[in-house]
Amino acid sequence: MNAVLQSHTASDRLNAQQANQPHAEALLQVQGVCLEYRTPERVVRATHQVSFEVDPADRFVLLGPSGCGKSTLLKAVAGFITPSEGQIRLAGQQVKEPGPDRIVVFQEFDQLPPWKTVIENVMFPLLASRTLKRPEALERARHYLEKVGLSAFADAYPHTLSGGMKARVAIARALAMQPKILLMDEPFAALDALTRRKMQEELLELWEEVRFTLLFVTHSIEEALVVGNRILLLSPHPGRVRAEINSHQYDLKSLGGVDFQASAQRIHRLLFDEGEAPAVEQDLRFQDIRIAY
Amino acid sequence: MLAKASHLTLQWWMTLRLRQQAGSHRGSALTQRDNTMSLSPPIREEYEVELAPFTQEDLARETPLLQRIWQQSWVRKTVILIALALIWEIAARIQGNDLLLPSFIDTAKAFIDGIVTGELLAKVWISLTVLVKGYLIGIVLAFGMTTLAVSTQLGRDLLGTLTSMLNPLPAIALLPLSLLWFGLGENSLIFVLVHSVLWALALNTYAGFLGVSETQRMAGRNYGLKGIRFVWYILIPAALPSILAGLKIGWAFAWRTLIAAELVFGASSGKGGLGWYIFQNRNELYTDKVFAGLAAVIIIGLMVENLLFSNVERLTVKRWGMQR
Repeated sequence: MNAVLQSHTASDRLNAQQANQPHAEALLQVQGVCLEYRTPERVVRATHQVSFEVDPADRFVLLGPSGCGKSTLLKAVAGFITPSEGQIRLAGQQVKEPGPDRIVVFQEFDQLPPWKTVIENVMFPLLASRTLKRPEALERARHYLEKVGLSAFADAYPHTLSGGMKARVAIARALAMQPKILLMDEPFAALDALTRRKMQEELLELWEEVRFTLLFVTHSIEEALVVGNRILLLSPHPGRVRAEINSHQYDLKSLGGVDFQASAQRIHRLLFDEGEAPAVEQDLRFQDIRIAY
Repeated sequence: MLAKASHLTLQWWMTLRLRQQAGSHRGSALTQRDNTMSLSPPIREEYEVELAPFTQEDLARETPLLQRIWQQSWVRKTVILIALALIWEIAARIQGNDLLLPSFIDTAKAFIDGIVTGELLAKVWISLTVLVKGYLIGIVLAFGMTTLAVSTQLGRDLLGTLTSMLNPLPAIALLPLSLLWFGLGENSLIFVLVHSVLWALALNTYAGFLGVSETQRMAGRNYGLKGIRFVWYILIPAALPSILAGLKIGWAFAWRTLIAAELVFGASSGKGGLGWYIFQNRNELYTDKVFAGLAAVIIIGLMVENLLFSNVERLTVKRWGMQR
C-alpha cells in the first residue's frame, strides 16, 4: 500500500516546483512550445505551452489520447516542424532542422528503404551523415544487428521480413547512429500484441545494456508504465501538459500488480477527468479485526 | 367481394391447419429447435503435446515436365511468335503476290542475307549509335528538369507547362525545323530524339517522385540528407518503378521517331540507318528486304525489352519487392 502512495506523491507540488527551474544537466529542454497546423481555412493549434525536460538515460514517455499533439511534439523535437512559440534545446543547442543526432523510429513499416539489405539499412545513417567510413560503419552495424538478434538476416531485403523484424532493424539502425536522443513514434502500435510485448521486453533489455536516452510516444497506458520511467500526460485539443508521473518502479513483471493498476487508473482519471479518486481499498489484516466481546 | 373475403378466410384457415399438421409431424424437430437454445458443448479433456524438433521432408511434388516447360515465359512468347509467323506464311501463300506481301520464308531469307553480307548489321549499328546518344542526353535533361521541379516551385510550374505544351507535339513534326537549325548532320536527328524522350520520361519521373511516401522522405531528412544527395539516395530509388516505366516509354518513342526520321530525312553524313535501308528498298521494290528491315526493327524492340529492361527490373525493383 505504501508503494502506491509513494508513486502518487512522486509528482506532487514539490516536483512541480523543481520542474520550473531547468536542470543544468538535462539533455532535452522543451520550454513553452506551441505547435500549429495551417489549413486553408484556419490555423489549428496542436499543442499549447508544453514544457518538459529529459535527462540523460531517461526513458521519457509522451502519453495521451488521439489529438493531443504527441506525435507533432516528437516531430518538432526531431526538427521536422518549427514551433510557433517557445524553444526546443538539445544539449544546449536549439533544434532547427532534422539531423542524425536525433534518429526517429517511425510507426510505419516502410520507414526502411526497400532497396537496401538489412545490414545496408543499418549502415545507411552512418554513411549518409558521413559519420563513419564504410569499414567502421559495417562493423558497428554488425554489432548492433547482433544486439537485436538479427545477424542471420543481414543480407535479406526488408520486404522478406516480418513486422517485428522490421521494427527491430529500425531500432538497430537508430542505435547504430548512437544519437544523443532516440525518438520513437508509437513504434510497436502496428504489431500484433504478442510481438509488441516481446519488443517492449527487448527494448528494456537494450536500454539496460546501452543506456540511451529515449523519448517514446504512445497511446497505451500499460505500455507507458512499462517502458517509461517518466510519463508526461497530455490532454487533447489542444495538447497541454496535464501531469508528469514517475514509473521507474514498473517493468513487464509488474503488469497486473495492485500498484500498477492503481497508477493506470489514476492516469486514466487524469486524462479523462472522471471525478475524484475513489477511496483506496485496504486489505483487512488480522490486527484490523476488532472482536466484540 | 363477399365471395373473395370468404375465399381468403378459407385460405388462411387451411394454411393454419397445414401448419398445425406439419407441426405435429415434425414434433421432434420442434423440440430439437427448442433444444438448440440451450445447447452447450461437452467438456473435453485437456492435453499437452511434447513437440519434437520438426524436420521438413521433401514435400515438393513432381510437376509434369510439360507444365514446367510451359512455366518459362520465353517458351510461351516463342510459341506466340511462331504462331504469328505461321499465320503470316499462310496469308502470304493465299495472297500469292510477292510484291505486296512476301512470305515469312522469303523475308527470313532476305534477313539472313542482309546479316551475312553485313549490310543490315551496319545500318542497325548506325541507327543504334544515334539512338543511344539522343536517349542519354534526353535522360540527363529529364533528371535535371525533374530535380528542379522537386526542389522549387518555379521548377514545378516550368515542368508542368513545358510538358503539357510539348509532349503532344510529335517529334517528327519538328524534323524540318531541326534540319533548318542543325543542318544535314547527325545533330538534327539527336535533337528530334531528345524531344521524343524528354517529356514522357520527365512526366513519369516526376509522378514517381511525388509518389514517394512521407515516411521515407522524413527518414531521409532525418539522416541529414538534403538537396541533390536527397534526390539521389532517397527519391530516385524510391521512384524507380515509375522511372523504369518512363525509360521504356521513352525508348519506344525514340526508336519509332528515329526510324520515321530516317525514312523522311535520308542518309546522315553519307551513311544511312535502318530507316534509310527500308526506304531505299521500297524504292527499288525489294519488298522482302523492306520486310526484313521492319523485322529488324521489331526484333531490336523485342530484344531491348526482354533482355535489357526485364533484366534491369529483375535485378532492381523485383528483387527489392517494389514491383511484382
